[in-house]
Amino acid sequence: MAEGRMHRQIEATLIDETATFTMREVCEACGVHAERIVEIVEYGVVDPPSAPASQWRFDAHALHRIRRALNLCQDLGLNLAGASLALDLLDELGDLRARVAQLSRLHPPR
Amino acid sequence: MEFKDYYKVLGVSEDAGADEVKRAYRKMARKYHPDVSSESDAEARFKEVNEAYEALKDPEKRQAYDEVRRSPFHQGGSFQPPPDWRFDAGFRGGGFTEADAGQFSDFFRVLFGAEEAAGAHAAQRGPHFSGRGEDVHERLRITLPEAYAGARRTLTLSVPEVGAQGQLTSQQRTLQVKVPAGVASGQRVRLRGQGGAGAGKGPAGDLYLEISIAPHPLFAIDGRDLTLTLPVAPWEAALGASVPTPTLGGRVTLKIPPGSQSGARLRLRGRGLPGKPPGDQFVILSIVTPPAETAEQTDLYRRMADSFQFDPRAALKAEMNHG
Repeated sequence: MAEGRMHRQIEATLIDETATFTMREVCEACGVHAERIVEIVEYGVVDPPSAPASQWRFDAHALHRIRRALNLCQDLGLNLAGASLALDLLDELGDLRARVAQLSRLHPPR
Repeated sequence: MEFKDYYKVLGVSEDAGADEVKRAYRKMARKYHPDVSSESDAEARFKEVNEAYEALKDPEKRQAYDEVRRSPFHQGGSFQPPPDWRFDAGFRGGGFTEADAGQFSDFFRVLFGAEEAAGAHAAQRGPHFSGRGEDVHERLRITLPEAYAGARRTLTLSVPEVGAQGQLTSQQRTLQVKVPAGVASGQRVRLRGQGGAGAGKGPAGDLYLEISIAPHPLFAIDGRDLTLTLPVAPWEAALGASVPTPTLGGRVTLKIPPGSQSGARLRLRGRGLPGKPPGDQFVILSIVTPPAETAEQTDLYRRMADSFQFDPRAALKAEMNHG
């Protein structure tokens, strides 16, 4: 990218949460083979779409979840069962933290 | 340049044994992993922890690092080697097992060689099918008003690039980004082609920004919905009232129904963050009791007590009697 263009405004697009990705697109985005994605679905990281694997469609949220699971396995040495559990707990933790923050406004902690 | 104190990063003392270093690394890696931690600088800290472990886990590297650490070129937080200084530690062929090669600091690369830092990268983050550049994931923190109206930000990123000799380096890139209005917390925006450069004729990867919205003094945020706690006077709750209420789009008049209690939740439809569909703003009433400061006020309260014959603990007593 030429120096002069560095200051141009770049428009960021909101990721369309309803857009879906094919198995091939997910494999490319995550750099893994289809078998790995099938494994990930088998461990319940994302909900199994009720169709043969070749026809699966994943939304942006699912893609993000798959990516996170792969990162946890790769970077922290978790197996898929562990990664799946970790993601569930992290989601629950996030929800609880948000609720506590909300409740603290009504009843400030001593 | 900045001197990296790897012992401090891992939280271990200089004479920590190899096992202790490994334990500390694993603990830190779990804590700061970007998919675990919600801190906006998690990615940077995670890389720092990895780099520290790379330097300290191998006895040869650790020894070389210790020498540099004790050398006169290490002054406080900075490292000032003479211009013709070359670090000859003979590191060749050492595999990098857990590191993302292009993300090492200048300090590390000066010590251990830029070629070393370009080690076994592809094996870790997966093969790229088409020479497409890496996707880069970053976090961006914005304020709630920015989430409502859209934001303009200048970002400086470290992006992996493949150099002329095939070595992996980190390039600093500055971008001006326009974040669209109506981004919910945790949502991501994509900037196509702003990720790592592709190999050969491959296309550049994308840049994903995960948006986090900074806490706001008035509003709690849940997706696109906002919640405001609104203090009201007892007479406003009991008799009903129209009160001015803040929203992100300006002040509105909220009708409080008579007979409201503390904790009652009212909804202002569509007054949350914009979107399809837009979020709502919820208002939770919090009845505040005015203190009795004058004789007249005390008298008024006493008369209220007599007039109402009200037992706020009736349900409590019933519960105690049954139990």
